[in-house]
Amino acid sequence: MRLERWLYVVPLRLRSIFRYGRVEEELDEELAFHLERQVAENIARGLTPEQAQHAARQALHSLERTKEECRDMRKVRLLEDLMKDLYYALRMLRRSPGFSILAILCLTLGIGATTVVFSWMEGILLRPFPLVAAQDRLVAITSEDRNGRDDLSWPDFLDLRENSTLVEVFIADRIVSTTLSIGARSERATGSVVSANYFQALGIHPILGRTFDPSDEIGRNAHPVTVISYQAWKDRYAGDVNIIGKTQLFNGVKHTIIGVAPPGFHGTFVGYSFQFWVPASMDEVFDAGGYKLENRAARWIEGFALLKPGVTIQQAQLEMSAIARRLENDYPATNRGMTVKLYPLWQTPFNGAGTLLPTLRISLVVACFVLFIACANVGNLLLFRSFARRHEMTVRLSLGAARHRLLKQLLTESLLLALLAGCGGFAVAYWCRNLIMLLFPRYPGVIVNLPAAIDWRVLALSAGVCVISTLLFGLIPALQAGKIDLADAMKSDSGGALGGRGKAWVRSALVLVQVSLSFVLLVAAGLLLKSVRAMRDSNPGFSVDQTLTTSVDMIAAGYNPERIRSFEDALLDRLQRMAGIQTAAFARVNPISYKSFSSSKIDIARSERQKEEQPVIEYAEVGPAYLATLGIPLISGREFTRADNENARFVAVVNQTMVRQFWAGKDPVGQRLQVKGQWVQVVGVAQDSKYSSLLETAKPFFYVPLRQSIMGQALAIRTSLPPGIVARALTRAVKALDANLAPGEVITMREQVYRMSWSERAAVTLLMILGGIALALAAIGLYGIISYNVSQSTRELGLRIALGADASDLMRLIVSYGFALTAAGMIVGGIAALGLTRLLGYLLYQVSPRDPLTFASAIAIMAAASLLACLLPAWRAMRIDPVQALRN
Amino acid sequence: MSLVTETKNVSKPADFVQGTLDLLLLKILALEPLHGWAVSQRLTQVSGNILQVSDGSLYPALHKLEQEGWVRAEWKTSDLGRRAKFYSLTRLGRRQLASESANWERLSGAITSVVKLSEV
Repeated sequence: MRLERWLYVVPLRLRSIFRYGRVEEELDEELAFHLERQVAENIARGLTPEQAQHAARQALHSLERTKEECRDMRKVRLLEDLMKDLYYALRMLRRSPGFSILAILCLTLGIGATTVVFSWMEGILLRPFPLVAAQDRLVAITSEDRNGRDDLSWPDFLDLRENSTLVEVFIADRIVSTTLSIGARSERATGSVVSANYFQALGIHPILGRTFDPSDEIGRNAHPVTVISYQAWKDRYAGDVNIIGKTQLFNGVKHTIIGVAPPGFHGTFVGYSFQFWVPASMDEVFDAGGYKLENRAARWIEGFALLKPGVTIQQAQLEMSAIARRLENDYPATNRGMTVKLYPLWQTPFNGAGTLLPTLRISLVVACFVLFIACANVGNLLLFRSFARRHEMTVRLSLGAARHRLLKQLLTESLLLALLAGCGGFAVAYWCRNLIMLLFPRYPGVIVNLPAAIDWRVLALSAGVCVISTLLFGLIPALQAGKIDLADAMKSDSGGALGGRGKAWVRSALVLVQVSLSFVLLVAAGLLLKSVRAMRDSNPGFSVDQTLTTSVDMIAAGYNPERIRSFEDALLDRLQRMAGIQTAAFARVNPISYKSFSSSKIDIARSERQKEEQPVIEYAEVGPAYLATLGIPLISGREFTRADNENARFVAVVNQTMVRQFWAGKDPVGQRLQVKGQWVQVVGVAQDSKYSSLLETAKPFFYVPLRQSIMGQALAIRTSLPPGIVARALTRAVKALDANLAPGEVITMREQVYRMSWSERAAVTLLMILGGIALALAAIGLYGIISYNVSQSTRELGLRIALGADASDLMRLIVSYGFALTAAGMIVGGIAALGLTRLLGYLLYQVSPRDPLTFASAIAIMAAASLLACLLPAWRAMRIDPVQALRN
Repeated sequence: MSLVTETKNVSKPADFVQGTLDLLLLKILALEPLHGWAVSQRLTQVSGNILQVSDGSLYPALHKLEQEGWVRAEWKTSDLGRRAKFYSLTRLGRRQLASESANWERLSGAITSVVKLSEV
């Protein structure tokens, strides 16, 4: 029954919409036919042709009304009206191209900015692994203890895997950087040490060969196999289809290629693209810290957990905490105070998601600001234009148009603007989606991969933004049109803007909003800029200008530890003989770099502390004269010399914070310290400095001799020569010793520190761009309202000129009006900024969120912009011809 | 503006009247396909001037029947050799007519019996 009805009805509805012209013609013809017959009959009844005509029409009520009622029966009225409104709106836009282009440009900037940020959030934070089908259920997992977040140890990882009922599968993952050698060619490459279930758990199938077997993660160095990325397969092996079974060297150890990952799978580290994966059993090759699969104290896993369907992260967290408590009980020596924490992917603390989160969050707020400012601008433009269209509206109302139809018409016009701008915004988003990659730090051998995703969710969200912005900027003029007082409007054709002078405050309020929002942005950009400056100029506790940092990649060249040591000694001897170079020293890791320091739980002989409480502390493996090279002052004792080699007694230098925490401030020189189960003697105390980040607070830290632990390739050189000269000298010195070796990039520590502040600088760059746009939009808004007011008060200005006002009087009048608006906006914006800039706290370094200098500069910039916006209208006012103005 | 005005100008519930007009039109069209003008004539004839459907209400009502799928419109040459829009009943329309006439019988029967009751 219902179906049959649709068979009849659907073609009729479609015909009403798509054959509108034909349907209308038929309606005309039908009614014309009726009239004709009626007139004929009326005449037959004895009426004159005129009377007959009149009576026939009378019987049909009014012809137009009958037609309207017939049209209503078609039940496609809403759609029909929309089409008509759209068509009309298009005509209106074409009629005033200047207005249309300006409005669409403003909105394009606003919608584009928000869409770009949406696409970044989607691609980087919310769904960073597009090939992983179940990424909605994927969460990051780490450990946490008193010292803060840490990674997981392999035994703990296995226990979690064993005991969890709510987690479908756990994945271990660790980003590693290695030297990849294929034949004679060697280069840096980034990859990942993973649990054997990695690919299966993520649902990633190789395009060639196989992925890891469960047994691949068992046994020390037992499974030298690797899956390489599609990119590596294409770039390094030219897409060789017979790649499976071939070998390549990682850090000099031969690995067999067993599979090729599919294109588009970049691993699970937000920010960088992996080129290879190796099973956990091979960890020792990639991290010199020793075999860690049986060591519960060695925390190195950056894990992920795939929750079972329907399990919330809170439920899983409860279970993880319970298991962690059990582990604490079972293994107090290593697990005391340790808990396990789950994070949603967008909060992943150990990759680019975590570092970019604050930046993206700020960008989102800022993009919304830009959108609001753009909407306010377009709202004002529409208000100005609705004045010009006041006559049209009045006529339409008096001809019987319903007010709600006018409202719908005006909103349709706004929607069309928003839709056009939405398309523009998508174009902007598409072009700018990779902008954030430019801000991400680059290192040799690392492929930056920060995919912005423009998927249906982003599209839907942006469409929502279009609709909301339409309502924001379109509703005010539309409502004002609804308020037209017909009698009033018909009476006076001149007069003020729509709704009279009383409504001027709406326009002023819109400009005020713009000014205050862009003022907030200016302040925020200023604070961040100052913070980045402060970071660059800060004193991290070591010399940033006199110390250069570089590296010599000896492991890649196949050097064994013995050869590395003799090479290092020879190179240092050569360097120290050079004029201008004071000292030079090798270390495993230089401070404030991407590489992390080693860490160990330590024990202090004759300490009052409880035996089982063994804090984990970071330490650096450094060569002789390292502290002197870095310019870190020695408080007492001595630093390492060449005599502190593998055959000598094991020693350490500790920092001041460590002295305070472990030896109650007393000089510990001569005391003993247990590091990785090995007793070492404290021989010196070094001043505190920054180690991993400028933002860190003072923390315990110590140094051990490079010779007594592992190999190091990071080189620090103390000199007052510029890096370029040293680089050339260093290259000559290295080549003289071994022509196959080449030093890495030589930069000052200041440059190194600067590079590490990339996330703050990324925020500054984004904020400066968006803040600039916001300022420009606000200035346009200000210009619009001032020039409108000038054009509206031509008569008044003409009168003033006639009465003897000179150019400077007019200038003062107009500029003071502009400044009054700007000042009000800045007061509102200033109050808002005082509240909002605290949100920047995470990114600010040694800058108060209420820094007066920054506020003052923002005021100055805003004032300059508003002066600029006033100049053109003022100039126009000065050229008013009083005679002409008064005559009109 | 009720769609059907009775000569005695008694107002009636709109939906009752609307339903009645639909029923009348369906019944008239069930006899033979007609164009609007003829429907209007036939309506005057059959109701014997008691019910006067204004031409202004007739066309929207016919269009409604068409859009509901109860009648089908076809352009044919009329008796005077001019093209006119002829309405004829569809299968759906016949079913509608049956159910509406049944409704009407029930309703008028009930009203008649009530009216008779009150006369006693």
